[in-house]
Amino acid sequence: MRAVITVIGQDKIGIIAEVSRVLAEHKINVLDITQTIMQDMFTMIMLVNLEKSEVNFKEISKKLEDLGEAMSLSIRIQHEDLFRSMHRI
Amino acid sequence: MLNSLEILETVKMIAEEHLDIRTVTMGISLLRCAGDDAKLVSDKVYDTITTQAEKLVETAENIETEYGIPIINKRISVTPAAMILGGRPSPRDFVLIAKALDRAAKTTGVNFIGGYSALVHKGMTNSDAALIASIPEALSVTDLVCSSVNVGTTRAGINMDAVAQMGRVIKETAEKTKERDGFGCAKLVVFCNAVEDNPFMAGAFCGVGEPDAVINVGVSGPGVVKCALEQVKGADFGVVAETIKKTAFKITRMGQLVAQEASRRLGVPFGIVDLSLAPTPAVGDSVAYILEEMGLETCGTHGTTAALALLNDAVKKGGVMASSYVGGLSGAFIPVSEDAGMIAATRAGALSLDKLEAMTCVCSVGLDMICVPGDTPAETISAIIADEAAIGMINNKTTAVRLIPAPGKKVGDTVEFGGLLGTGPVMAVNNCKSTDFIARGGRIPAPIHSLRN
Repeated sequence: MRAVITVIGQDKIGIIAEVSRVLAEHKINVLDITQTIMQDMFTMIMLVNLEKSEVNFKEISKKLEDLGEAMSLSIRIQHEDLFRSMHRI
Repeated sequence: MLNSLEILETVKMIAEEHLDIRTVTMGISLLRCAGDDAKLVSDKVYDTITTQAEKLVETAENIETEYGIPIINKRISVTPAAMILGGRPSPRDFVLIAKALDRAAKTTGVNFIGGYSALVHKGMTNSDAALIASIPEALSVTDLVCSSVNVGTTRAGINMDAVAQMGRVIKETAEKTKERDGFGCAKLVVFCNAVEDNPFMAGAFCGVGEPDAVINVGVSGPGVVKCALEQVKGADFGVVAETIKKTAFKITRMGQLVAQEASRRLGVPFGIVDLSLAPTPAVGDSVAYILEEMGLETCGTHGTTAALALLNDAVKKGGVMASSYVGGLSGAFIPVSEDAGMIAATRAGALSLDKLEAMTCVCSVGLDMICVPGDTPAETISAIIADEAAIGMINNKTTAVRLIPAPGKKVGDTVEFGGLLGTGPVMAVNNCKSTDFIARGGRIPAPIHSLRN
């Protein structure tokens, strides 16, 4: 299954490193990554593949949410189909 | 490949604009439980529901986590209970069924169960009469059971005996739950042209034309529509309608996705997506604010009906392409106590019962979650039901009445329901009597345009 991770918040050193560390720990492969500064906010979008991951979606979601809290960022992971169904016919 | 702006738009809708799935409702047919022995039937009802809906809440929660979209309520609707108990049952027998429904709802973990219902638009069976007589007791001894009674249709006319009785039933229900300001009435709705696949409470039931089990989904998202309209300030109504349509399309796609996914995971057929704009008491999740965004100082002023008509139509036009099966009530809801903008408009004196009645001609359903003075006569409540049913009957649409005559409360007082049901300012009713009108009884014949064959 593929999912989209969005990270939004104040820019600081180590955001990509920290998010990537959590993903690597859980064998989640990053397929694509874009980042930009929008309206002074750091905005990163990652497309990831969870096929090889051994933990369930809920745990990953919680881990990323906790990391987000620790770094004062909003981090969400959502199934790719959510975006595909809303924006593609 | 998806682009970043699209992804961020979706995230913003959920995080900041209250986009959510209002309800995943599993319809369950109880026809297989039918019988004459209330104890036996209620045991079968409990077993059927708890087996069929065993995984409903867990599945909906997993979808919520994986897609990151909140599903506010998980609900069950069942076959109208009056149809499953025969043999000249007593109201007490039906209370047993209500308790079984309540226990089943609690075991499965759903928020509400609907279908403690009777369809009496042309006449009443013994079972219908017993169920209706049992409603005040049933709603006072259960927590999650919702009840509805259909008193009219475009094809059959309006059963005025049932209308008269429902005025009394509503008063009695309020009295039996007076320690909670008549809360029982918030779980009771009187319909004209009730639909069989409605996922919304209090009026959800699983019609006899439905399969053993079915998944119906109701979407929400007034906040998203309001935010979209903020981007087109001052533009003409063509632009307004187009903006609402595009937004409704996106909202409904979420509903379609969740409905399909829930249906697949539960192994239960997908019924319909209800194209609805359902407000919550949360600030920023209000249908009234959308109308005000169109240029009205306060919801309820002149122009409100036109604004609502445009909104309701554009929601349907945008949503209908986004889902493979559309049904339920489909349209904008205007429940007063559940909508921060409606509450504010009522308190400001801008929104009256009469204006709400006019608004129900052009939107989904009817007079919804409206608190009226506790001393409102039963006949006046019946007359309000009759007016609303007439609008539904003549205009070939669903209308409903969910009034709370809050015991001891007067115009200007406030009733606190809590949660999604919100806060209701008590509204004035017309004090001139309708007693002799309601006392006539009988049936208002079906309108000429019911003869369509």
